[in-house]
Amino acid sequence: MSEYLIELKNISKRFGGVRALDDVSIAIRPGEIHCLAGENGSGKSTIIKVMSGIYTPEEGEILIDGNSVGRLDPIQAVHRGVQVIYQDFSLFGNLTVAENLALNTYLLEGRKRMDWPRARSMAREVLARLDVEIDIDADVESLPASGKQIVAIARAILAEARLIIMDEPTTALTRHEVDALFAIVRDLKAQGIAILFVSHKMREMLEISERLTVFRNGRKVAEGEMRDFDEPAITRAMTGLELDEEPYAPEIDPAAPPVLEVGDLRVAGIVHGVSLELRPGEIVGISGLIGSGRTELARALFGMEKAVARTFRVTGRDVFPRSVQEAIALGIAYVPEDRLSEGLFLTQSIERNMVVSILERLRSGLFLDRKAMRDKTGQMFRDMQIAAPSPDTAVGNLSGGNAQRVMLGRWLLTGAKILILNGPTVGVDVGSKAKIHRIIRDLAEKEGLAVLMISDDVPELTGNCNRIHVMHEGRFVAEFRGADMTEDNINDSLKALR
Amino acid sequence: MRSLQSTEAVIAAVLVVVMLLIGLINPAFWGVDNLFSLARANVVIGIMALGVLLIMISGGIDVSFPAISAAALYITVRTMVALGYDGVLLPFIAASVIGVLLGTFNAFIIERFRMIPLIVTLGTASIVRGLVLGLLGTSIVNINKMPKELIAFGKQDLVSVTAQNGATVGLTAMVLVYIGVAVVMHIVLRHTMMGRSVYAYGGDPESARRAGVNTRRTIYFVYCTAGLLAGFAGLLHSSMIWQANPRDFIGLELDVIAAVVLGGASIFGGRGSVLGTMIGVFTLVMIKNSLILMKVDTTWQRVVVGVIIIAATAITAWRDRKKLV
Repeated sequence: MSEYLIELKNISKRFGGVRALDDVSIAIRPGEIHCLAGENGSGKSTIIKVMSGIYTPEEGEILIDGNSVGRLDPIQAVHRGVQVIYQDFSLFGNLTVAENLALNTYLLEGRKRMDWPRARSMAREVLARLDVEIDIDADVESLPASGKQIVAIARAILAEARLIIMDEPTTALTRHEVDALFAIVRDLKAQGIAILFVSHKMREMLEISERLTVFRNGRKVAEGEMRDFDEPAITRAMTGLELDEEPYAPEIDPAAPPVLEVGDLRVAGIVHGVSLELRPGEIVGISGLIGSGRTELARALFGMEKAVARTFRVTGRDVFPRSVQEAIALGIAYVPEDRLSEGLFLTQSIERNMVVSILERLRSGLFLDRKAMRDKTGQMFRDMQIAAPSPDTAVGNLSGGNAQRVMLGRWLLTGAKILILNGPTVGVDVGSKAKIHRIIRDLAEKEGLAVLMISDDVPELTGNCNRIHVMHEGRFVAEFRGADMTEDNINDSLKALR
Repeated sequence: MRSLQSTEAVIAAVLVVVMLLIGLINPAFWGVDNLFSLARANVVIGIMALGVLLIMISGGIDVSFPAISAAALYITVRTMVALGYDGVLLPFIAASVIGVLLGTFNAFIIERFRMIPLIVTLGTASIVRGLVLGLLGTSIVNINKMPKELIAFGKQDLVSVTAQNGATVGLTAMVLVYIGVAVVMHIVLRHTMMGRSVYAYGGDPESARRAGVNTRRTIYFVYCTAGLLAGFAGLLHSSMIWQANPRDFIGLELDVIAAVVLGGASIFGGRGSVLGTMIGVFTLVMIKNSLILMKVDTTWQRVVVGVIIIAATAITAWRDRKKLV
């Protein structure tokens, strides 16, 4: 018996002229929690597909239980106990939990008849094994993301998984749900099932994983026991760069007039009286659990949410934006959390995506001033350091980090004085993240932009903000600044809210 | 499933309310003759609707089935007349096979070229209609030329009673055929892996592929079965009205789709049931039939069908969207 459950040796895989994997090896022991880290395009997804038999590598060997398996196809991979849980879970929202759980097994067994009683008892059994309570007769689409994930895990177990590969499993979960997931994962480990996390959320992975493999540009750049690594070391391995971020602590003149003053802002049923001041050059963070009202607060400031406030002053003027147009005219910009669905036109070029906010200003007569359009976006394209051949590239072809910079560029073109960022680096890899932070800090420091940064990522806030509000149930419940503004303090404050 | 059952309860409640309303306006509605003729009007549309249901659950749509029905019935009857053949079983098999072949054509184009079902079936409908009229002609086969056994088959009554005006009215035995098809369809959809694969494919094609559903076979199954039911229903219609008209069923696709949507099937795929569809068909047929009883001009029926399709789709779309959040 081999020490390893699955072992990939010297795997290479090319797509056209691109080497997606270059002589990489990775090995996973039975019942181990292993983390595979790497930025977008590092070859993480390719290696998952090799392991699950979807891609056949040009070179290299795959061993399962110490025996070479030659060509691995998807059905064989499943038979050998390799299960992948994709980010979208691949579940059927229109079917019940029980049917979702039974379907794969039945299909695998080549059944003709749908055996409902057995499906339900299978479902009850496996959920009991995971020690979770989920209504097996509920439609899967009625479950929250965490519930869907549990169903996906249960389905993998039913397929007699010995290795469950989870692609970015914590992205859609709140901290509380991540803890619940980790409890299940430890339980699976106790039952001898190995877990491979594929993630770039280092902090969470440090918490749970025992071993680590890091990929960069299709090569393995680091591996070892998790205890031998810390966050900066992993980041260095992932990016090949030193990314020590210094905290942002510029001198803000307390006497300087605030650019935004909001008193007692309320959104019916969600935000219950929030007061806020923003000065030029200041970056103010908002932390809070999902459902704390932080997104609604941001949307209200941007004229997208019906709200009332005792005071609402922008550069000393009493005005309350009632629509997005009014907010833009006042110099307020908002970069939403879900930039793909709430902001960007994926099939359109970078240039068009950027100028959409200032089309009215680029008008000359009935037509658009093409030259002004080119000049303005060309400049912004360079300022934002977007990695694309030209501003004519479609946004759909960009990575998360670059897409986010297009979004930032769009709002900066409006000449905004107040920038509201909701999850500025969600789904962005580490290298890009640092670049975005640098751009935001430069804008605040040199251009006097006032920034309101909403984020789940506590280190992102402590690293970039002057002060941080913690929001809970529609109110600011704590404020941290200066020496108090540490990750531990904020995490403690957030924990206390649960 | 639970939401489906509640959907069916809602449709059934709507049906009852509409029935009571119509009965209040026109007591003749509750007459045995009217109820029997209502049941009769359900048969052909109902069988077609079951095929459309299957396609809609898979996330597709079919507007070619009226053309397929007309082609199947006309080719079959014309061939029978030409050969001087009379019978029941063989012609129905022939009509069904014609339906399956045309359904296979739909499935092939949709699966092979990954094309939008609406466009493919629109094209199929036009091609089939044109070919039938061009190659076989446009003359209607009337009762005097219709094969006698086919007429006799369609004439059979389950029970007959004497109505108040002295005329004898019967409940056509064809409702048994309809119910039989419905029961088989229910069993297929609910209790076979093929049926569940259709739901899975309609819910999320990519996930279905990953789960090991043979998606190609599923698409072929769906369109071929719908074609089969269309061909079968076509000839059944012919034997019930004692004539074969190649221009029959024009515009019927809208009525049938309206009935299926009214019965709770989702335009996004993945949802729908046999019982719901049967109630939907009954409701639609009843409303149209009552408009006639109330002496509303037939042109206005188009307006009513249009309103029903939009309202029912809006409600189901709203329901499905709410679930996504």
